Amino acid sequence: MIAETGLIALLIAAALALLQAAMGFGALRPDGESLLRAVRPVAVVQAAMTVTAFAMLLLLFSQTDLSVKLVAEDSATTLPLLYRITGAWGNHEGSMLMWVTILAVAGAAVAMFERRLPERTLAATIGAQGLIAMGFFAFLLFSSNPFERLPVPPVEGSGFNPLLQDPGLAFHPPTLYVGYVGLSVAFSFAVGALLTRDVSPAFARAMRPWVLGAWIFLTLGITAGSYWAYYELGWGGWWFWDPTENASLMPWLAATALLHSVSVLATRDGLRAWTVMLAVVAFSMSMVGTFLVRSGILTSVHAFALDPRRGAFILILLALYIGGALALFGARIATVAEGNRFDPVSREGALVANNLLLSAILGVVLIGTLYPLLVESATGDKLSVGPPYFNAAAGPLALILVAIMAGGPMMRWRRDRLVTVGRRVAIPAAVVVVALVAVLGALPGLRILPLLGLVLAAGAAAASVAPLWKRNLRRTPLFTWGMVVAHLGIAVSLAGMASESAFSQETLIAARPGETVHVGPYAIRFAAIDPIAGENYTAVKATLVATRGASTPITLSPEQRTFDNPPQQTAESAIATLVDGQLYTVVGEPVPGGRWQLRLWWKPFVTLIWAGGVLVAVGGALSLIGRVRPRRQVRAERDGYAR
Amino acid sequence: MRQLLALALLVVPVALYADPVMAPEPLSYTQLPDPAAEARAQALMQTIRCVVCQGQSIADSDADLAGDMRAIIRQRIAAGEKPEAIRAWMIARYGRWVSYKPPLDPLTWPLWAAPVVLVAIGLLIARGTLRRRRAA
Repeated sequence: MIAETGLIALLIAAALALLQAAMGFGALRPDGESLLRAVRPVAVVQAAMTVTAFAMLLLLFSQTDLSVKLVAEDSATTLPLLYRITGAWGNHEGSMLMWVTILAVAGAAVAMFERRLPERTLAATIGAQGLIAMGFFAFLLFSSNPFERLPVPPVEGSGFNPLLQDPGLAFHPPTLYVGYVGLSVAFSFAVGALLTRDVSPAFARAMRPWVLGAWIFLTLGITAGSYWAYYELGWGGWWFWDPTENASLMPWLAATALLHSVSVLATRDGLRAWTVMLAVVAFSMSMVGTFLVRSGILTSVHAFALDPRRGAFILILLALYIGGALALFGARIATVAEGNRFDPVSREGALVANNLLLSAILGVVLIGTLYPLLVESATGDKLSVGPPYFNAAAGPLALILVAIMAGGPMMRWRRDRLVTVGRRVAIPAAVVVVALVAVLGALPGLRILPLLGLVLAAGAAAASVAPLWKRNLRRTPLFTWGMVVAHLGIAVSLAGMASESAFSQETLIAARPGETVHVGPYAIRFAAIDPIAGENYTAVKATLVATRGASTPITLSPEQRTFDNPPQQTAESAIATLVDGQLYTVVGEPVPGGRWQLRLWWKPFVTLIWAGGVLVAVGGALSLIGRVRPRRQVRAERDGYAR
Repeated sequence: MRQLLALALLVVPVALYADPVMAPEPLSYTQLPDPAAEARAQALMQTIRCVVCQGQSIADSDADLAGDMRAIIRQRIAAGEKPEAIRAWMIARYGRWVSYKPPLDPLTWPLWAAPVVLVAIGLLIARGTLRRRRAA
């Protein structure tokens, strides 16, 4: 009954989404007055039904109801409870249901909490949200039904991918999806505003908290995903420029650009068309990402059984939604004046440069990700585009962007003078010079990107706190703190990336228990290797005792786990986090002679990468609180100084 | 003949009973002794795709094939071969798919031109939003 309840809830939700779209857009007609208020409850009930469906799926998974096809294929009774539940979204259908659930909840949140948007624009926005939901409900029901039953239930499920059996699964996908799909609100706002021809600073102020909210989750989700990949894959890499990663990075880049352009629109009534365009692009990137990851197009080269209908279905949805929104943009944008123009030397000028570079990086990532697919479909040639391309093409742009991020907040809105700006950036510039001399002197022969990264990170860190200089910190608005913390986070993260790439030390060795090996400043004694049994795996556990000078030894226990359902081996790394870096250890296969493969890394300051990511999200959260708490900020907006 | 036999008897036991502890470590999981050569090998391995994995380089993969490819790269680097020559050899064997660094040829010109073209387009668009200093 649970599966049927879920399916029925899903069907009702789909019908309500249709109703929601019809009412939302119908409210725009001259006689649509009565629909304005009625559309809100529809969105809320639609979300309630979708949440019900998702809850039913969680219930099925937690009970391991093997008569449901999805559960039988992607779970097993022998799994630990955490993975029996989180396994619900560790597969195609379940993760799409989670996607739609978040979409519906986001729509309901707009319906319940949005009070600043004019009624008509709001109705159109909710309608657009319903329209998007409809397509994805159809996708679920026609080609990815999570509630399908099996005629004969198997005795045991086929198990769950061991790589996903990690607490990270409980956190990373939901956060990332809230970010991904939360951007749908910006998309719907843009559609709503285009329909009612109401693109104004007030519209920007209404949209900003929603974009911020989604962006915070997206930042956290990407950060968590990077750390998860880092410790789970067991080779010490933290970013691979893998298409799935790019799929999450692209919406983040667009949303980051949108956050900054929406500030220009809110504060100075400029960049109207551009901001609306970015709002459309950001969620379009989410949908493109969903298409890339969920259609199977990326894994088509691998030995997966995939349903080509799914890819075609999402592609059609993509074409309809993105194409539709762009067509609407094209048709209406002529009636939206571009708004104020600016002086090149001004805060707005810096924000325009920020948007230009973020968009260029977004373009590079998009082209780099899609290019192999285009080439293969056009010529049949198989091509790989990976880190050497992305680092070379996007790296320099990103470094320029960081420099602008450092200087921009020190410029005044409207108009500034180069001389005074120069005086204000003097201290960070001095930091850059000192850092450059220090790094060149201490570490000759450093590669150019890590070198520039380290130096710029130092300068950007100094510059990011500059807006607090000589201010009463207690009266500094929360959104200013938010900006400072977020920019500092970028500098911190950049420092971690540069440090990891410049200073990591690696030892790959086959060692016998009792031997001592070295990596970086550590002497590591391979104390023992023991067989152990986990809840649904067996493993060999190495005991490594690491000492560094006279400090207390650290014991690390990496494992090589063997799962039998499905049969797979995973290396479970053991990581010791120190103040100045991480010691990363992995035990591999046995080698003749009673030896074991050990992989050891010393990664100075690598944790800064993710600490920076978290700081960025915290900055976003401070900013969000500062923006939604009314009063006080209004004055800041009016005098043009959103300091 | 007898001498040969004696020689064989001398050699065979050594081969049979060679201390496994002294066997050379497989290069798939062991670094080259020369740090500079190892650094060259690492840099190359990170840009060679593991052809049986999902989007991993051979430097990040546990797959047997990736291990074999790492061993080949380390051997060739140790023998003094240039990384780009090894890449070319890999491409000749496994196709372009194997190299994460797209070669610069007519097929990939648009790809490598993308950053420049994108920034140029961006500048053109941005120009419209800025006003001339004098006019202000």
